[in-house]
Amino acid sequence: MARIHRRKLLQLSGAGALAARGGGLAGIIAASRAPAYAQAATVHWLRWNDFVPASDELLKKEIAPEAEKALGLKLNIETINGNDLQARTTSAIQSGSGPDVILGLNNWPQLYAESVTNVDDVVEEIGKAQGGFYDESRAVANDGKKWLGVPWCVLGAMIVYRKSWLAEAGANAFPATWEEYRGVGKKLKAAGRPIGQTLGHTFGDAPTFTYPYLWSWGGKEVEADGKTVALNSKEAVESVKFMTAFWKEAHDEGGLAWDDTNNNRAFLSGTISATLNGASIYLLAKGKPDTYLDEKGKPMFQDMAHSPLPKGPAGQFGYHLPMTNMLMGYSKNQKAAKDFLRWVTSKEIYQKWFNSQQGYSVGATTIWEKDPLWNKDPVMLPFQTAARAGRFPGYAGPADRKAAEGLSKYLITDMYAKAAQGMPAEDAVKWADGEFRRIHGS
Amino acid sequence: MAVTSYALTEAYALPSRRGPITRLLEDERWLALVLLLPTVVLLLLFIAYPFAKGVELSVTDAKVGVPGSFVGLRNFAALASDTIFRTAVWNTFVYTGVTTVFKLALGLWLALLLNRHFRGKAVTRAFVLLPFIIPTVLSTFAWKWMFDPTFSVINWTFYRLGLIHGRIAWLSDPDLAMLSVIIVNVWRGVPFYAISLLAGLQTINPELHEAAAIDGAKPWQRFWHVTWPLLLPVTMVVVLFSIIQTFADFQLVYVLTGGGPANATQLFATYAYQIGVGTGLLSEGAAISLAMFPVLLIVVIVQLLYIRRVETL
Repeated sequence: MARIHRRKLLQLSGAGALAARGGGLAGIIAASRAPAYAQAATVHWLRWNDFVPASDELLKKEIAPEAEKALGLKLNIETINGNDLQARTTSAIQSGSGPDVILGLNNWPQLYAESVTNVDDVVEEIGKAQGGFYDESRAVANDGKKWLGVPWCVLGAMIVYRKSWLAEAGANAFPATWEEYRGVGKKLKAAGRPIGQTLGHTFGDAPTFTYPYLWSWGGKEVEADGKTVALNSKEAVESVKFMTAFWKEAHDEGGLAWDDTNNNRAFLSGTISATLNGASIYLLAKGKPDTYLDEKGKPMFQDMAHSPLPKGPAGQFGYHLPMTNMLMGYSKNQKAAKDFLRWVTSKEIYQKWFNSQQGYSVGATTIWEKDPLWNKDPVMLPFQTAARAGRFPGYAGPADRKAAEGLSKYLITDMYAKAAQGMPAEDAVKWADGEFRRIHGS
Repeated sequence: MAVTSYALTEAYALPSRRGPITRLLEDERWLALVLLLPTVVLLLLFIAYPFAKGVELSVTDAKVGVPGSFVGLRNFAALASDTIFRTAVWNTFVYTGVTTVFKLALGLWLALLLNRHFRGKAVTRAFVLLPFIIPTVLSTFAWKWMFDPTFSVINWTFYRLGLIHGRIAWLSDPDLAMLSVIIVNVWRGVPFYAISLLAGLQTINPELHEAAAIDGAKPWQRFWHVTWPLLLPVTMVVVLFSIIQTFADFQLVYVLTGGGPANATQLFATYAYQIGVGTGLLSEGAAISLAMFPVLLIVVIVQLLYIRRVETL
C-alpha cells in the first residue's frame, strides 16, 4: 500500500474541505473553474465608550451588520474608556499596527498629522452634500493643506441648571452675563445650592469652561500668527480677578478636584444648582424619571434647562468637544476603510446614529441643525446651534500641536485654579504666560 | 546481583552514545552560559531594550509617528526652565520620602505584631496582604470615592461624630491632596513591608532573644540590639524596592488627582505621561522619565554598598 505522507494528507483534506463548502465536486466541475473564496476585508474602528450607551449598541448591532451587507467588509467596532484612547493611539502609531480607523478627540488629527491618511476626497464629498463643516471641526481636522480626518461630531457643552432654584434666586431666565450669573450664584450658594464647576485636571468639563471663559473676557493664548504669546494681558488678569471672587462667592469649592463625572453626580443628587456639561445629565434624568427626583418628589428632569455660557465683555463663546475619524496611515485596508468612512458619514447612515444620540452630540456638518430631532424636546434646543459659537484652544492661532500641549498641561485651567487657591491674579497669569512662552520657544 | 550489574554495564556504556552538545555541557562554563541564557535574553528584551530606547528617544526630537533627529541634551536643558517639572521633582521627593518613612515604621510594627503567636494568625496575615493584592486602580477608585469632595464617607463619619462642622477638602486643597495620595500609597505599601519584614523576622533564631532576656535585656533593648541589626539587610532591600516603585509611581496619582489641583500632586511619571502621550512629544516625555534615573541609580548604589558592608561584618 502506498504511504500517504502527512503533508500530502493535509493537502488532500484541505481540498476536500473546500470542495465540500462549494457544493462539492459537482459544483466545481459545473463552474468549470476552481472555487475562489474572497476574504472580506476587516475594518477595525476604535472609539470611546459613548456617554449615550444606546449609540454603541446601535453601532454594534445594526450598523456593523449593515456595513457587511452594503460594503462587503467586516466591521470590528471596539469601544474603550475615553481616557485610554490616546495611549492606545500612541502605541498603535509607534508599533505601526492597530485599528484602521480611530475616533480622535480634540485636535488629535493635528497631533498625529504624519501618521494619518489624507482623506480630502471623502471629506469634500460629505461637506458638499451636507452644507459644509463647522469652523471648529475644520480647525481640528484640517492643517490648512489637507484633511487629516473625517469630522464625525461635536459634543455640545452647555450649562444645565435647576429652573426653580434659579427662579427662587431671582433669575427667571438664565443670566445673560457673567456679572448677573455671579449675582445669582451668590444667592444660590447662600441657600446651600452652589454652582458646580471643575477646575481640576480632567479633559472635558474643565477646559470647555475655562477657555471660553477666557475668550469672553478678550483673553487669548497667542496672536493670529500662532507664535506671539499674548496671554499676559489686562483682559486675562481681569478674568482671573473676577473668577477668584466668583469662585468663593458662588461655587462649590470642592470643584478644584472634580473630574468629568463629579458634577454629574453632584447635580443629580441635588447638591449643586448649575454646571457646565454635555447633555448627559439631562438625558440620564429623563431616561430614569423615577430614580432622579427633586426635593418635592417630582422627576428632576422637568425642572432642568440648558443654556450657553454667559457673555463677557468680549462676547459669548463655547468650546465644544470635536471628534474626528482618523484613517491611520499604517492600515493595510486603506480602500476598505475609506469606503467605510464615506458610507458611515453619509446622511442616510449617520442619521441613525444621530437619532440615537438624542442631541447629546451634533453633526460636524451644518445640515444637522435642521433635523426634526430638535423639535422633539425644547430643553435640548440650545444644543442645536451650539457648534456655531465654537472655538478651539490655541485661539487666535491654529489648533496645532502647541495648542494641544497647553491643553494637555491644563495651563489655562491651572491659571484659574492657582488664583482660586490664593495666588494673586497677576502672578497666575504671568505663570501661565511663561509656560506658553516655553511651549512656543519665545 | 544480576540487576545491579546490568545497570552498571548500561551506565558505563552511555558515554559512547553522548552527542557533541552533551559533551560541551559537561564543561561547567558552557553549562553556566546555557543556564543563564534565558534570563539574559529576557533582561535584554524587556529591560535593556526599553531603557536603551528611552535614552535614544530622550536625545532626539521624536514625536508620535515622527522618528526625529538627534538634538543632544536639549530636552534635558529645557526641563531646567520648566516650572511644572520643578514642581513634579519636589512633589516626587516629598511623596517618596514621607511614604517610605511611614511604610517602614508601620510595616515593621505590623511585622512585629504578626510575628507573635495568636489565634487566627494565618487568616490575619492573609488579610493584611489585601491592599497589596487588589489592583491599584481598583482600590484607588474606592479611595477616590472616600475622598470625594461632595460625598466623602470619611467626612460623613467625622461629621456624624461631631468632629467637623464643614467639609474637609481632601483632594481640592493642594496640601491635603498631597496628604491624600500619601495616605493611599502608605495604605497600599505597608503590607509589602510587613510581609517582607515578617519573613526576615522569622529567620532570626529565637535563642538569641532568649539569651538576651536571660542576660536581663528589656524588650526595647532586645529589639534594638538583636532584632534590628539582624533585620537590617532585609530592611534595606525592602526599602530599596519600595523607593524605586514609589519614585516611579503613576497609576495611583493618575486615578486620584490626575496630578492636580494645579499640579499639586504632579509626579515624574504623571508629567512624563502628560507630555509623552497627551502632547505626543515622546522625546520630552522620555527626558522627564530619565531625569529620575540618576537619583534612583544613586539610591541603588548606596543601598547595595551598605548591604554588602552589613553582610561582610
